[in-house]
Amino acid sequence: MGMQDKGKLGNHAPELAVNFAGIRSPNPFWLASAPPTNCGEQIMRAFDAGWGGAVWKTIGEPIVNVSSRYSSVDWNGQRMMGFNNIELISDRPLEVNLREIAEVKKRYPKHAVIASLMVESKREAWHTIVAQAEDAGADGLELNFGCPHGMSERGMGSAVGQVPEYTEMITAWVKEKARTPVIVKLTPNISDIRVIARAAKRGGADAVSAINTISSITGIDLDTLTPRPNVDGKSTHGGYCGPAVKPIALNMVQQVAADHPTTPKTGALGTPADAETAGLPISGIGGIATWKDAAEFILLGCGTVQVCTAAMHYGYRIVEDMIDGLTNWMGEKGYAGIEDFRGLVVPKVTEWKHLNLSYKIVAHIDEAKCIGCELCYVACWDGAHQCIHLDRVSGPVDGHDVSLHVRPAAVEAASRATIAVTPIPKLDGSANGNGATPLARIPRVDETECVGCNLCSLVCPVEDCITMVEVKTGAQAETWAERAGARECTTPQTGEAR
Amino acid sequence: MENFSGNPEIAERFGDLHPPLTAQAAMAEANRCLNCFDAPCMGACPTHIDVPRFIGKIARENLRGSALTILDANVLGASCSRVCPVEVLCEGACVMHRYNKKPIEIARLQRFAMDAFHARGGALPRRTDEERPEKIACIGGGPASLACAAELRQRGFQATVLERRPLPGGLNTYGVAEYKLPARASLEEIELIRALGVDFRFETEIRTQADLEELEGEFDRIFLGVGLGAARRLGIPGDEHRDVVDALQFIAQYKTAHPPVVAKSVAVIGAGNTAIDAANAARRLGAEHVAILYRRSERDMSAFAFEYEHAKQEGVQFQWRVIPVRIHADAAGIRSLECAQARVNAAGVLEAVPGTAFHFDCQQILYAIGQSPLLELLSAVRGVELSHGRVVVDRATGLTSNPKYFAGGDCVNGGREVVDAVADGKRAGVAMALTFESFTTEGTESTEKDIQEHGYSNTVGF
Repeated sequence: MGMQDKGKLGNHAPELAVNFAGIRSPNPFWLASAPPTNCGEQIMRAFDAGWGGAVWKTIGEPIVNVSSRYSSVDWNGQRMMGFNNIELISDRPLEVNLREIAEVKKRYPKHAVIASLMVESKREAWHTIVAQAEDAGADGLELNFGCPHGMSERGMGSAVGQVPEYTEMITAWVKEKARTPVIVKLTPNISDIRVIARAAKRGGADAVSAINTISSITGIDLDTLTPRPNVDGKSTHGGYCGPAVKPIALNMVQQVAADHPTTPKTGALGTPADAETAGLPISGIGGIATWKDAAEFILLGCGTVQVCTAAMHYGYRIVEDMIDGLTNWMGEKGYAGIEDFRGLVVPKVTEWKHLNLSYKIVAHIDEAKCIGCELCYVACWDGAHQCIHLDRVSGPVDGHDVSLHVRPAAVEAASRATIAVTPIPKLDGSANGNGATPLARIPRVDETECVGCNLCSLVCPVEDCITMVEVKTGAQAETWAERAGARECTTPQTGEAR
Repeated sequence: MENFSGNPEIAERFGDLHPPLTAQAAMAEANRCLNCFDAPCMGACPTHIDVPRFIGKIARENLRGSALTILDANVLGASCSRVCPVEVLCEGACVMHRYNKKPIEIARLQRFAMDAFHARGGALPRRTDEERPEKIACIGGGPASLACAAELRQRGFQATVLERRPLPGGLNTYGVAEYKLPARASLEEIELIRALGVDFRFETEIRTQADLEELEGEFDRIFLGVGLGAARRLGIPGDEHRDVVDALQFIAQYKTAHPPVVAKSVAVIGAGNTAIDAANAARRLGAEHVAILYRRSERDMSAFAFEYEHAKQEGVQFQWRVIPVRIHADAAGIRSLECAQARVNAAGVLEAVPGTAFHFDCQQILYAIGQSPLLELLSAVRGVELSHGRVVVDRATGLTSNPKYFAGGDCVNGGREVVDAVADGKRAGVAMALTFESFTTEGTESTEKDIQEHGYSNTVGF
């Protein structure tokens, strides 16, 4: 780990080892059930690279695969912002997978090897596969109730994970037989993930993992008019993952982690009060590629994280910085172990009605850092509240009437109408952009009109150039719930506040 | 001009100074662009190409749209992408400079879009399908006239380019270092203007008042895009020797005719961009020793800083504060150039320092100390006011003091860049079109107002 500053922990390096629902792992970084965990040779190389655990590519029903199998969404010149697959579960013989699980556990006894399982929805079939996986030496079982393509057409994968009754039933069958911890892998292709998480808990699941891939069509080849990935001119609904899905995964993970018995139910879910999932261990999955991604999932309650797309993109080696970066950050924060910060942010995500309506921030542009791209100006005019102006030279216009300010089209027209010539250095001096940003190009925020939406600070390409500064209004903190509650008290005739 | 084929030896010796971007490199570079609003690069470009727009179209794989965005503002967008001194134009203005980052490689991206357009056989679009009867002559076949003629033709007018040489393009074809812009690439680009329906008359020199009167009879408007005249001579004893060569002629010869035989040691007089192009060419054509001799100091040179750096990399040597005094030759050829150290005297005038004479051994001398105005022709144009040998025009329209004549390019600005000539030519083309369109009601007086109302850049139509 080199010479990093040990921070608040002095000479004691933070400890990454975890005990996840009874499964021990030298660190929280697991490879998700996917091509990187297809065989024992791969998984042993992954463990050598530093991975703490691996969820074996799902074993169970015999299948055949198609080619091609993957497609991706590139963004702004970057490859694989989003990744999609139509590959099914392991296409290797079951006995080969079981033999290799045993071999890996023999050689790497301290690493976590989880068997991902998927068989047809028959009690006997599940009992058999559970026994086979545990006999081979698996440290735990992950039930693949999430695969959204292919297997679901045959009543498996997300066909199970989308129906709470099936999820509960099959989990219960597995628990009848299992001696090792049982993790239920949740599909995001459902309106409220908590419903399935609760069902898994009722079935006796020791943990859940979330999220599986999201049903997707990644795109269409505009030359051939073929959807991707192309299988002889046709394609099928695939499973979407990679960096693009991280915010969706974080949201769902938090929902499961924050599902307390006191959480008001939405709709007519009607689940028993004892089935809420807060406290149920979660293995976080979805777009995790860096230590920062991992830290975020852990802060929202995850005990381990699972990685697939990033390892497929760059190889097993990415785990080195996941370990190094997380260790350094924990050292700086003074966290001795994963449990020191796991779940800290769960209560900070609340319902909108509990947000403080009196909190006010406004944008502030650091003139010394501004490079004059004027992206904030056009963003505010076209996408926000028309309160960023180009009037530092022409002089601020008093009053709040936006019609008094120069509009974007007029700014562009003025530039087009200018006559520019190539400067001859000897005659004209240099027109190089190395100098300071001209004052006329540095936008100004009308703070009285700024609603503090953040948009300008999000589009600004320069770090810390636009910051959102708190304005002390003097008003007492008040939430919508409090305001509506107060109104209910004073006006007893009104019914429910929206 | 279709049957011009470059010399393979020249092509090999003058490979691309800035090689083209591959598709993926272009994509990555295009995606670095911040897409500034009211972008400084666009403002710095004399033709106001909408740089973020054409770069964004590359990023979004709309290469045809990208090229048409460029061509809408600058019909010579391909050659400008290669010859523009972008360090002091668009790339110099890039906000990335203030961000400790490399500016966007605008020129190479522009070339990428234009190369793709040419490779797919793209054609210049018309701005209207209407055919107009009015005829306009553009004297000179350089960038100013080409831009003017193309703009008018795109608007349906009958435009004719009159060029004294056998090939069009002016300095674009004859005068730019081949490693920047091969003559073949210049001609390919002009072929699109010809295909648009612009008429070209080659080896047609307009010199006298009689020539002009004939043109005035045939054409409704005349655009003067004649550039500059003959190169200034050294004016020292021995300068009539056949191995004392005008640098522009030297460049034109290696680009479009047989490569000249280059001496072992060459002296180049002058320190402008043409001097550097000639010195680099002499090196690439085989001269072992090439030196640029300049009367003033390094910081007084008119060449761009990046051109100076490039010349040093090519192995060109520089001697500052040196005045050529006399050329010594014998039957075998030039033996040496006698020089003296220069100084600025109390009156601010350059003079030779007595007793500092020395001999610079060389067998060939290239001179690039500026061009004279084309006074013979310009002073023959009746009613067109000149000032210091330059045509006086209204900047926004190119209108001269004779309402039948417009002008632009080097004969107006004294010698700037291709892109400045294109901007002048286009402004004049737009203005001429407007004089015809409003001719019946307001005559030419409305031109300036119309220009302001319509704006210089025509962004409609594509």
